[in-house]
Amino acid sequence: MIKWKRICPLTDIPQRGSRVVSGPDHDDIAIFRSGDDQLFAVHDKCPHKGGPLSQGIVHGHQVTCPLHSWKIELTSGNAVAPDVGCTQPFAVRLEDGVVWLAI
Amino acid sequence: MDKMKLVLVGNGMAGVRTLEELLKIAPDMYDITVFGAEPHPNYNRILLSPVLAGEMTVQDIILNDHSWYADNGIRLHTGKRITQIDRRARKVVAEDGTEAEYDRLLLATGSTPFILPVPGADLPGVVAYRDIADTQAMIEASQSRMHAVVIGAGLLGLEAANGLILRGMQVHVIHLAEWIMERQLDRTAAGLLQKSLEAKGMQFHMGAQTAELVRGESGRVCAVRLKSGESIPADLVVMAAGIRPNASLAEQAGLYCNRGVVVNDTLQTYDPRIYAVGECANHRGTAYGLVAPLFEQAKVAANHLAMYGIGRYLGSVTSTKLKVTGIDVFSAGNFSGGEGCEDLILSDPGIGVYKRVVLKDDHIVGAVMIGDTADGPRMFQMIRDNQNVAEIRDHLLFGNSNLGDVGHKGENQAAKLPDSTEICGCNGVCKGTIVKTIKEKGLFTLEEVRKHTKASSSCGSCTGLVEQILASCVGGAYTPADSTTKPVCACTEHAHGEVRKAIREQHLTSMPAVMQTLGWKTPDGCATCRPALNYYLISTWPHEAQDDPQSRFVNERAHANIQKDGSYSVVPRMWGGLTTPAELRAIADAAEKYQVPTIKVTGGQRIDLLGVKKTDLPKIWADFADAGMVSGHAYGKSLRTVKTCVGAEHCRFGTQRSMEMGVKLEKMLFGMWSPHKVKLAVSGCPRNCAEAGIKDVGVIGVDSGYELYVAGNGGIKTEVAEFFCKVGSDEEVMEYSGAFLQLYREEGYYLERTVHFVHRVGLDYVKSKVVEDGANRKALFERLLFALQDYKDPWAERGVRDGEAGLRAAFENIPA
Repeated sequence: MIKWKRICPLTDIPQRGSRVVSGPDHDDIAIFRSGDDQLFAVHDKCPHKGGPLSQGIVHGHQVTCPLHSWKIELTSGNAVAPDVGCTQPFAVRLEDGVVWLAI
Repeated sequence: MDKMKLVLVGNGMAGVRTLEELLKIAPDMYDITVFGAEPHPNYNRILLSPVLAGEMTVQDIILNDHSWYADNGIRLHTGKRITQIDRRARKVVAEDGTEAEYDRLLLATGSTPFILPVPGADLPGVVAYRDIADTQAMIEASQSRMHAVVIGAGLLGLEAANGLILRGMQVHVIHLAEWIMERQLDRTAAGLLQKSLEAKGMQFHMGAQTAELVRGESGRVCAVRLKSGESIPADLVVMAAGIRPNASLAEQAGLYCNRGVVVNDTLQTYDPRIYAVGECANHRGTAYGLVAPLFEQAKVAANHLAMYGIGRYLGSVTSTKLKVTGIDVFSAGNFSGGEGCEDLILSDPGIGVYKRVVLKDDHIVGAVMIGDTADGPRMFQMIRDNQNVAEIRDHLLFGNSNLGDVGHKGENQAAKLPDSTEICGCNGVCKGTIVKTIKEKGLFTLEEVRKHTKASSSCGSCTGLVEQILASCVGGAYTPADSTTKPVCACTEHAHGEVRKAIREQHLTSMPAVMQTLGWKTPDGCATCRPALNYYLISTWPHEAQDDPQSRFVNERAHANIQKDGSYSVVPRMWGGLTTPAELRAIADAAEKYQVPTIKVTGGQRIDLLGVKKTDLPKIWADFADAGMVSGHAYGKSLRTVKTCVGAEHCRFGTQRSMEMGVKLEKMLFGMWSPHKVKLAVSGCPRNCAEAGIKDVGVIGVDSGYELYVAGNGGIKTEVAEFFCKVGSDEEVMEYSGAFLQLYREEGYYLERTVHFVHRVGLDYVKSKVVEDGANRKALFERLLFALQDYKDPWAERGVRDGEAGLRAAFENIPA
């Protein structure tokens, strides 16, 4: 069952940056804040070789994996062509300056 | 609002490439209609030769199949030749009466083969060599007939002759000039080439003029009679005596033509609504018959069709490659020399190798190579970059290709390698995979090959090989990127040099300011341009431009090196490679406390703690700070290490105190960000135990002082550092090497090592700025010291002791 969890104030995530949410029941999830202040969440695992996407450079609504520079679409979790692969996306929302994540 | 209507006449490579470029930048601007006289969708005409030779099929060379047109909403009329342009009504009319109106018209009607005006030229069995139909006619003839005559020993003629031989025919080649491929080769080169073609069975008749094509009893051609009276049996005659721009349609419509449709630098004809690209266009007096210039034209034309209004086509330097399997021929630029030119020639007829490089004022203006063409792309690039070769001209001919020397067994000739050879040792990509991908996906550029195959996308040492493979697959369609004008990334049209210049001259101090001023296409750049811009800003305006951590690669944000499992490696600085028992104890303690799985001594004389968890980083830094140790910057595009030998302090051979010198240099340069990593070494005597010969700056002590070497590199391609100057004192070592590094910091392109920087600008230039001009050296040195002043150790700043909150938040995960 999906539950919305309160994560942190928006200001804890830098613009074009990310934070990682970890817990006992799931793999690490990376929450991204883009330059235009939109929020995205995906598994913190690149579909290529498992690199931590949270550590990549965020540009537009994409992140570039720090290990081998695959680009991942943050909305869908899909790799940008010609690379092929997908990391699981999660729902995330902002309410009164607080970030909520659906796990 | 209705879309504007764009009509393309000519469904070939130049026209369709223009559409592709247009769709990239303005996908919804036009309603597009395409007319092609041939019944096929756009195919790679250059690859007709491999089709004729039986190495490829027609299906293999299709570039855009019917679904591409459908997917992009393009109306395609194949098999319809346009016979009239009605400029007043703004419409074109096809042979069968089909009409299409236009707001913009793009002419890409290509060229027509020149048919010799001799009796019998219209007989059955006489073909030109231009399209799929001609190719199929030749293949058909080869199945039932014996004798072929090719008229014209140019590129096309020789490829046709080669194909027909492979199809089992006996082939005679008739050529008017004194030697073959006289437009691309000098006499010696042509002689060598002719010999190897004769070995394949081709028979040549040089200086021969065709008088008549003789009609046989069946009505088909049966022989070619020469002016000399000689008669050569022929069941098939291929006319390959040149091409003419096909401008008749434009001419009829009253457009100004002169050996092609005359266009300006925006590819516009004398009618502003009509553009022309490709072989039919005459730009500044030249109608190009090779594909690379057409692609450049396509890009400019698309830009103007999209009403961006930027970009001019200024003409092209062209290079040629003969696509005859097993024979390597390369030709570019002005290969025949002339007034004020010098020739460098290497000739070894025994092994069939001939290389000639034509220099003018120490710049390469042309090159011809036979037998060994591995350096072709490099030469061509140097011509385009207008690179000064004064320092390398003594070994220019011996090739060092632009290859790295590791990861592919030192191979440097891709064409001869079997498909199973591993080309890219980083990503494990074989030649066969690259060739297959290039053909299947219709790739033309190195960037595309990197994207699709990953070959050459990591360390780059195999770039030269990949370029050669690309060149052999797409023939003349491949042009190496010209490094001075290549855009930083897809976010911009501007090259590194232009960006640096704008930042300096317009005093731009923030990333949004740069992106706005230079018209970035993306809102906040990408992982390629942002780190570059960030570096340019902070290096041009130190203490003024703000550093943006989100535009730095993770290593420079985390002040540690990310490893494959997402853990980090931590390297504390050991000045000049020296350490103390107390420091070693602190390292040992930290290693135990944070359960570091691996400890390793690095190549730069440091100790590396591998496998540190990200959340432990701030704590381990605090521990090191307490022990008086600072960041080793093993993670940055910055000063890495100064390696030293024992030197005169202890060594019985030492002439200078290298350890002390090394420590001084390292303390001076601490915290220096640079385009790429920077490594130094100081040796106390010419035995050079610190390996200063492969460092960005190498210092070698001699009895009378120090020798300075610059721009060495021990990595991907081992490059021996070049002698820079000799100095007498420690202070001079610091000033000269500091000034050199500052010049690199100010003028280098991001991710360009000192070796590539010096190759690009020339060692003479660097010497003129640093060695010869004392005032400039001092100014450079002062600017370096200014940039470095007040630099704070990032670890001390970010270290967090137990119980403190602070920056640690950014390094820890949030519990769900």
